Amino acid sequence: MSARNRELFGLIPASLLVVAGFGAVFVQESAILGDLSLTYGAIFLGLCLLAHVVLRIRLPDADPYVLPIVAVLAGVGLVVIYRLNETLARDQATWFVIGLIAFTLTIFLLRDYRVLERYRYVIAAGSILLLLLPRIPGIGAQVNGAYLGIDIGPVSFQPAEFAKIGIIIFLASYLRDTRSLLVDRKKFGITIPRLKHIGPLLLVWGLAMLMLVFIRDLGSSVMFFGGFLAMLYVATNRLIFPVVGLGLFALGAWFFSATVGHVGDRIEAWQNPFDPRLYEQVGGSYQIAQSLFAQADGGMWGQGFGQALVQVGDSPILPAAQTDLIYAVIVNELGLVGAIALLLVYLLLVERGFRIAVLARDSFSKLLATGLITVVALQVFVIVGGVTKVIPLTGVTLPFVSYGGSSIVANFVIVALLLLVSDRARREARR
Amino acid sequence: MNGPIIRVFGVTLVLFALLAIFTLRWTVLERNELEDNPQNKRALLAQQKIKRGSIYAGDGTLLARSLRRRDDTYTRTYPLDGLFAQALGYSYLNPGTAGLERFYNGQLTGRTQGIENTLRKLQGKREEGNTLRTALDPAAQRVAIEQLAGRAGAVVALNPRDGRVEVMASIPDYNPNSLRSAKATSALNQAPGAPLLNRNTAGLYPPGSTFKAVTAIAALDSGRFTPDSVLSGKNGLPISGVPLNNAGGEEYGEIDMGTALTQSVNTWWAQVGEKLGKRTMQRYTERLGFGRKVPVDLPPNERLASGDYCTRDGERELVKLTASCVDIGRTAIGQDKLLTTPLQMAMVAAAIGNRGVLMHPLIGTRTIDPEGRTALDIQPRTYSRVMSSRTASELTAMMTRVVQEGTGTAAALEGIDVAGKTGTAERNVEQNITQPWFIGFAPADNPQVAIAVTIEKTVGGFGGTDAAPIAKAVMEALLQ
Repeated sequence: MSARNRELFGLIPASLLVVAGFGAVFVQESAILGDLSLTYGAIFLGLCLLAHVVLRIRLPDADPYVLPIVAVLAGVGLVVIYRLNETLARDQATWFVIGLIAFTLTIFLLRDYRVLERYRYVIAAGSILLLLLPRIPGIGAQVNGAYLGIDIGPVSFQPAEFAKIGIIIFLASYLRDTRSLLVDRKKFGITIPRLKHIGPLLLVWGLAMLMLVFIRDLGSSVMFFGGFLAMLYVATNRLIFPVVGLGLFALGAWFFSATVGHVGDRIEAWQNPFDPRLYEQVGGSYQIAQSLFAQADGGMWGQGFGQALVQVGDSPILPAAQTDLIYAVIVNELGLVGAIALLLVYLLLVERGFRIAVLARDSFSKLLATGLITVVALQVFVIVGGVTKVIPLTGVTLPFVSYGGSSIVANFVIVALLLLVSDRARREARR
Repeated sequence: MNGPIIRVFGVTLVLFALLAIFTLRWTVLERNELEDNPQNKRALLAQQKIKRGSIYAGDGTLLARSLRRRDDTYTRTYPLDGLFAQALGYSYLNPGTAGLERFYNGQLTGRTQGIENTLRKLQGKREEGNTLRTALDPAAQRVAIEQLAGRAGAVVALNPRDGRVEVMASIPDYNPNSLRSAKATSALNQAPGAPLLNRNTAGLYPPGSTFKAVTAIAALDSGRFTPDSVLSGKNGLPISGVPLNNAGGEEYGEIDMGTALTQSVNTWWAQVGEKLGKRTMQRYTERLGFGRKVPVDLPPNERLASGDYCTRDGERELVKLTASCVDIGRTAIGQDKLLTTPLQMAMVAAAIGNRGVLMHPLIGTRTIDPEGRTALDIQPRTYSRVMSSRTASELTAMMTRVVQEGTGTAAALEGIDVAGKTGTAERNVEQNITQPWFIGFAPADNPQVAIAVTIEKTVGGFGGTDAAPIAKAVMEALLQ
């Protein structure tokens, strides 16, 4: 069976999942199982088929499993958000369509994605500008102590989601050129690169630190820097780079947690979520404590779709249930079993991503794919880890599942780029 | 480059494993700790969506019911305001639950019959809890509260035959309807006089001479004494090596037990305590319920145990009467380290009144499911056989004399024999602050009510003058 036919078959279970999910929510809400869930499933399948046709035309050799996996994740997200709030689900469905458009545009406009290398400094400068946008008075908006979004007219937009793609493209391109130079000088048996080669990389470290202080976003900072270290390691095959990098990051994080109130508060709330003072404090540990309570309530098998206690009367119990805490809602409703299943789906996606990186022929493609998929994996780790108290809770989205326009669109662009790399690699491999 | 790529994938595998392990931790391994965390209000919140069962008094008066709000949740309302405040308790999101509302929470929310409520849910009906019926008597409760007249204290009355609690008044009280707001709740928590405290079950007081009834039970039932036993009632007799005084320094000669009880002679009863010894006293107090949380259908955190409280390493702790710190002579007259709850003292009276058999005090009588069937029949049950019926009738005769001609005449009812014992515990000798007590039952030959009354503080008041009249009024209301 050809790659595209396998993809087509993969989309069928994804759509059935959407039908079943909406069906379960309808049963809970109104005790009536109408054909509406079938309609939603059919629309969803139709949209996925359009994406499939785009791939058939332009990227016939691309990895066949990525799109069905993304469809499953997006379907789960739509159902859970619908169950939380119908209006938000409609918005999310709109963003899903916009994301597919961005996906299609990326594939059509970047026929040969390697042209990106030519514009690497423009892309890098643009990305840094994007990152700083939320601090510009007038359009920047502060949410929970972090400067994450900007408001342009009615649309709220999180530039960091797109900046991360730009920075990965820049790093992939830069590291391809300098990877041999970075490792050619040894002193006392240790690889010590020249300053002019390591300079731009130190700049990236500085950028991550800047994000901590300036944008006050620990989550994005971890994602960026983690992606950067993974690429640096893959480019040089020297463990010393990520080790030193992690050390520097930890040092910076420790320093800022001690000096920047917002970061310090988050860490304290993470360590003592049930401390009464932190629990009562605005922006304190209430959210993480409620997240843990919701998960305990879910137990092994969960309370069932539509059963999670999110709001009683006018009082919300789970703050930001549709974004930060969507994983807690899923654990509450589907239990440990459902949560593990979701993590496995992400793991499948991550596995496909790294496979694409392995199969790619040239260094730029390998680095690009590694960077993109590492960032997606780290995003899952940062938010799920935050919700489950592995690390301090920060506000990033669960890719494809959480509510959030910028996140959906940016992640579809990432998937498009991965498929572009994959198509080229597999076509070259076939020859 | 493929080697490092695969190793990076390995790292992500480890990270994902970490996520799975932590999810396992919260959903399975540490689930119970999280569910028991007092900050976890999820169960309470879920209950806001259930129509909680109503609570009724013995005469059918509505005591509590749930009203549906616009947002489809229910809120509790108490039509009689604070009449049964501490006994009834409350059920609100912020303060949580207390009293009967807490003890019978499973019944009132219907959570005890899981399958039927699941079926109701599947049929699209709302979840509904069971109705609770109680033995509480609003008219007599009103009398009790009027009689206390704002003085901090407690009145508890129950039927000695079946243990049904009909009156449970505790002053200061509060209006449970006001607890709907979080502000009012925290204000009540810090209010002077602790209005949320149920003094009947969680107030620990020196019982004074009412405890001589317990000593009398032990004396007669152990066979060591008879009503005709004679001892000296001399003032200032050494007890545990320290001279003990009678009330008002009264001197008595060689007197029998009936006289000693009627006149409440301290030295007489302290000698009895010493002669009986710690073991015998421990045995009889244990049968009466001392040493354990006072038994009644209220939450454990609202009940305390009566007995001797010794201070060890700066901490007050309940000890057996056999402990070395116990001064058994003074304990026998309700002094020294002895502290009791009013309900415990009412149980003493009830045990004597019910021919030696102590019934388990119960406020609830039964619960009824939404279909009108009895869900839980709260049957009377024996707590213990404390004494022989002969001991009980001998003591009843003596206690009847107390009300006829002794310290308790203010509790006498017209045409009905009342058996009782007064008590006046000294709280501050210099300022002459006392705690008056009365325990008793009526009619003496066929009791329908056993009662304990106490007022925390009076200036120079006595059990016979301050507590006995309250008992009289409440018993009168209950016997009508």
